[in-house]
Amino acid sequence: MLTKRIIPCLDIKEGRTVKGVNFEGLRDAGDPVELARRYSDEGADELVFLDITATLEKRKTLIELVKRISTEINIPFTVGGGIRSVEEIEELLKAGADKVSLNSSIVKDPELINRASEAFGAQAIVAAVDAKKVDDHWDVFIKGGTENTGKDALKWMTEVEERDAGEIMLTSMDRDGTKNGFDLELLSQVNKCVSIPVIASGGAGTIQHCIDAIKVANVDAVLAASIFHFKEIEISELKRVLGAEGIPIRPS
Amino acid sequence: MIAIIKYKAGNIASVSNALDRLGAHYYFAQSAQELESAKAVIFPGVGHAKTAMDSLKELGIDEWLKTTRKPVLGICVGMQLMYEGSTEGDTKGLGIIPGYLKKFDSEIDKVPHMGWNTIKKLKEHHLIHGLEDKKHLYFVHSFYAPVSEYTIAEGNYITPFSAVVAKDNFMGVQFHPEKSGSVGSKVLQNFLDLVYSQKK
Repeated sequence: MLTKRIIPCLDIKEGRTVKGVNFEGLRDAGDPVELARRYSDEGADELVFLDITATLEKRKTLIELVKRISTEINIPFTVGGGIRSVEEIEELLKAGADKVSLNSSIVKDPELINRASEAFGAQAIVAAVDAKKVDDHWDVFIKGGTENTGKDALKWMTEVEERDAGEIMLTSMDRDGTKNGFDLELLSQVNKCVSIPVIASGGAGTIQHCIDAIKVANVDAVLAASIFHFKEIEISELKRVLGAEGIPIRPS
Repeated sequence: MIAIIKYKAGNIASVSNALDRLGAHYYFAQSAQELESAKAVIFPGVGHAKTAMDSLKELGIDEWLKTTRKPVLGICVGMQLMYEGSTEGDTKGLGIIPGYLKKFDSEIDKVPHMGWNTIKKLKEHHLIHGLEDKKHLYFVHSFYAPVSEYTIAEGNYITPFSAVVAKDNFMGVQFHPEKSGSVGSKVLQNFLDLVYSQKK
């Protein structure tokens, strides 16, 4: 049976791992490769590396870091942050990344999804969507959550699927960094609109939050950063509890 | 040495890194001539079947593959191209293994089949020697090869499909052993053992 995936996210700035609350007040907490190996050993199913400075400062994700990660770990990993072109995607995939996540660039140039998917296969293209509730619906935000595009998030996710993205990584801007739980309402809605896998992001604070995202909103994967990062929850323990709840998981 | 086919549809960095971790010697091959000096061949592949097949043809590797007697391990799209064809882009395959690839029914569940899943051994084969059925492997694919007499292990997602196939010197795995942690490494090690224990 296909298992639900647990995905630690490592936010990267200048080659180091960082994580802040609502993308501000960053704390330095380690070497990404070291952390990646630890997560992989503990039973992480995939890893996501986000160069969080990339979009704001127009910096490319560090290719050298990707190469190091790829030689050290043997589970799939995604790289994101400020990727704007098919050429940049190719560079990252050649360096050893399995997937790239695209966020601001595909909002400005939706056709990039089609071009990238055609060139590298849909499996390599993750559409990252930062959504925030505005009145009775969710809008798509870009540039690290600082700019409202006015696009309806649910409609946008239907479009990324039509354009052949392989997966959606959906971050609730309302929940990100709060540890108050995933936005179950948003996640449930998305799963009614699309049929590609959805990774829930933003708000994980407890094991129960992960159970809820999977059982209530039926997400395919849960992503979190700080709870793993500061060892508030051990991945092996999380998986043990999910397994005991009857959720299909790959044992650590 | 092992030759890794380097063409447009290969995830060659992941495969070569995995071989590095196992201490295996390899080189990248981009022509039939370069493949000739290999002890065995790894035929990786990601993305669209048609793109992959076109790239193989461009390099003139397709004909070589059809007739080689060397051990060949196809991974994901590499395995898929060993079949007669795929409904993906109406692609004609190498025709080494009988059968056609079909797309998973997205009305039933999410497509692609992406993530960690188990396989069920149907036959004994050195490639999956020592692999327990409860172990998970990493899959990413939208098209699948139906179970046939050449299937040595089946996966199950929406429908049973060929997760591991073997015919003569040709072997294929639908999952990504290079991305499947220690279980995947075991499969690659089995392939290496099979290659290096073979008599000339």
